[in-house]
Amino acid sequence: MALDDTKTKDFKFVGTRPERPDGVDKVTGRAKFGADMTAPGMLHGAILRSPHAHARILSIDTSKAEALKGVKAVVTRADFSTNPTFGPGLTGEPWNVLENVMAGEKALYDGHAVAAVAATSALIARDALKLIDVTYEVLDHVTDVDKAMAEGAPVIREGAADKSVPAGMHPNVVRYHDSGHGDVEAGFAEADLVLENSFKTEATHQGYIEPHACLGSLGNDGKGELWCTTQGHWYAQKMCAALLGLETSQLRVTASEIGGGFGGKTTVFIEPVALALSRKANKPVKIVMSRSEVFRATGPTASTSMDIKIGMKKDGTITAASGVFRLQGGAFPGAPCEFTAMCAFAPYALENVHQIGYDVMSNRPKQAAYRAPGSPMAAFAVESVIDDLCKELGLDPIDVRLKNASHKGTKASFGPRFDDIGLVETLEAAKAHEHYNTPLKEGQGRGISCGFWFNHGGETAVSLALSEDGTAQISVGTPDIGGSRASMALMAAEELGIPYEHIRCTVADTATLGYNEISHGSRVTYASGLATIKAAKDAVNKLCKRAAQKWGIPEDAVKWEDGCAVPSGANAGDFDPLPLAKITANMGATGGPIVGHFEATPEGAGVSFATHIVDAEVDHETGKTKIVRYTVVQDAGKAIHPTYVEGQFQGGAAQGIGWALNEEYIYGDDGRLQNAGFLDYRIPLASDLPMIDTVIVEVANPGHPYGVRGVGETSICPPLAAIANAVSAAAGVRMRELPMSPPRIVAALKAAQDG
Amino acid sequence: MSKIHVNTTVNGDEVDFLCDPRETLLDCLRDKLQLTGSKEGCGTGDCGACSVVLDGRLVCACLVLGVEAEGKTVDTVEGIAKGQDLHPLQEKFIKYAALQCGICTPGILVATKNLLERSPNPTETEVRYWLAGNLCRCTGYDKIIRAIMDTAAEMREAG
Repeated sequence: MALDDTKTKDFKFVGTRPERPDGVDKVTGRAKFGADMTAPGMLHGAILRSPHAHARILSIDTSKAEALKGVKAVVTRADFSTNPTFGPGLTGEPWNVLENVMAGEKALYDGHAVAAVAATSALIARDALKLIDVTYEVLDHVTDVDKAMAEGAPVIREGAADKSVPAGMHPNVVRYHDSGHGDVEAGFAEADLVLENSFKTEATHQGYIEPHACLGSLGNDGKGELWCTTQGHWYAQKMCAALLGLETSQLRVTASEIGGGFGGKTTVFIEPVALALSRKANKPVKIVMSRSEVFRATGPTASTSMDIKIGMKKDGTITAASGVFRLQGGAFPGAPCEFTAMCAFAPYALENVHQIGYDVMSNRPKQAAYRAPGSPMAAFAVESVIDDLCKELGLDPIDVRLKNASHKGTKASFGPRFDDIGLVETLEAAKAHEHYNTPLKEGQGRGISCGFWFNHGGETAVSLALSEDGTAQISVGTPDIGGSRASMALMAAEELGIPYEHIRCTVADTATLGYNEISHGSRVTYASGLATIKAAKDAVNKLCKRAAQKWGIPEDAVKWEDGCAVPSGANAGDFDPLPLAKITANMGATGGPIVGHFEATPEGAGVSFATHIVDAEVDHETGKTKIVRYTVVQDAGKAIHPTYVEGQFQGGAAQGIGWALNEEYIYGDDGRLQNAGFLDYRIPLASDLPMIDTVIVEVANPGHPYGVRGVGETSICPPLAAIANAVSAAAGVRMRELPMSPPRIVAALKAAQDG
Repeated sequence: MSKIHVNTTVNGDEVDFLCDPRETLLDCLRDKLQLTGSKEGCGTGDCGACSVVLDGRLVCACLVLGVEAEGKTVDTVEGIAKGQDLHPLQEKFIKYAALQCGICTPGILVATKNLLERSPNPTETEVRYWLAGNLCRCTGYDKIIRAIMDTAAEMREAG
């Protein structure tokens, strides 16, 4: 989407670093997160979860729980809608979400919800769960992606595969992706060196510190209110309405402050349960997950098994590349195998490329998006092979990547031609960076990697209302997951020409705006930002119209400059600039309230690339790794608030460090998750990390008025590979399985020694 | 189960509440005193989002029973600012963007204030290890550490 009204320089507000508008709330404890809301007469809900990885539910006896004093409602699957009154019946993803929210005939993973209770206190609700008697018939289970595809593996759900899956595959393979161009066999024949290897990554959790929490109220009139921590409250509204057989518009959803999401809060888990309990008890019901519930029953990424083959000439030219990517996404279709496949080779201009993806079901929780879903694993596999090729051919890893880098006009590995992109700029900045030119110390290894993510636009609606005193209030529909209120206010200030501090940005509820897609796909600064700019322009047009009326000149003879209406030229007349506040002061008498709107589905989210440099040390005795230096170089298009852009770069890198080195879902032979807590599922601590340096590259995205590209997700694409390359160099053995935890490193060192 | 009457001092105010002996101090602060600034991230003492100071000692409120607060003093995030004046740490956290989502921020502020009271001139390594019990998933800690080091320097200068 090319825009005719772009602005890429001479910014007054954009690019500055003001304090975020919700800062005081968040440092004083005043900000209200998911679990911080109460309502009069509120009950507390709790959910009973399957202890089995795979079991048929033969019966559920809730009578003893219902008899417990203080228990007001018990729900099971029977209390949800399978045939909503409004709509064609529950199929596809809504059915999958229902099946995940409350088990039907089978419990499909350890932690799968089977019943729920609402009681007058959280303790009574917990006690009541113990009185629910569930009879299970335990079935064979499978949690590994390769085993789930193999002959004889237990079938999770017969008939779940879609039409893309080739005949003869195991029923657990539910989707198939195949893309590419050229002739890879011919390309490999041209290469001086072809390397082929297999890689595995374990599932990780988004690890947001705030557990899922909600407060729902639903009457038997079908009217409801829901407060919840979510990345997308319109999605929550739509999905809860579907699962409970309500009219969407009768359920108003308000998003709380959100204590981290990273993709994991893009769906519903407890929200429909709270509403079902509320409807039955006729009282508001609050549910807050425990950390162990968060690990067992929400959001992990897919785990992967991947085969990569790349051919290279002696001068570093890649002649062909192919990859097979198998993703396990839990007991439901949806593992992002197509994203993994499409992102894998995107950084490189390849004549011959072929990628295949498999979406495989297993007895694990339903995977949810996690920051650039699918891309980091692909980069790990591909960039590891490129690193080995560089080493064997004696080539500089950045030079090789520059030689093959995608640029404007390149036919991407996934099909279309790239518009303006900044990969080459990130590589050049990395090459010139002091980090890359600093010699390593004894025992250290350095790794670099590129990474790619698409970014996303999506349905967006924004309103911008002016107040009589000349201030402005923006209503956006995208929850603020990392300081986006500040970015919205900066963009509005730029258009309106009034100070940043005179603008307040609010995340509106579902009754206030049209549908806003989830805060995902790095879309908020791009899409809500674009909509904010357009809404401000709409308000400015209305302001100019009022000035034209006042001056008695045509509307098109007025333009907006520095917060004032001015005549557009000498011929328009001689009038003093009319400031915004002068126009709004009596807007009631000159035509009524002035509000700017924008509603659309912007489709110009520019793709983005990053290059990371990592130095690592490995203790050969214990296998412990240490990241000693880390630099992120990423194309932001245009950094609206550079401090928060840096924060996204650093946060993505830190999560990547955790994924690469320590984080993993560990399942026992019984199919139960062994490490459902932060002690055993170890996310990076302050004492684990160095400072994380950042370089913001700005190659404007032609699809945004100021050139913005999303920045939240691309930052997690290179780390797994960059760290694997650094650790492999420091250890002296190639690590092909994540996480590179101490036991895995010790085992790899021992295997190398035993030769 | 019969409830126990607890008298305690929170952020300088004398308060009392009735609690079940199974309820944690965190439950009591949040549900009985409506001090929801302290957060529950794990309930097992691993994340530090519920950090409070109990009789001068930094603790996870999720690992302390409500009844243990009897006769003691509890300091929470709500008591860090004095009236409308923010503590220097709070100001620096906003200035440095040392928070993205903000859920870990109350615990980190409580923990760090306690550190600076004990050790006004900490090294970066000391700060990183002091905060090893406070998980942040958003920031990678970089801006948090910078905000703290700058606050400590400024507070030392101010004497």
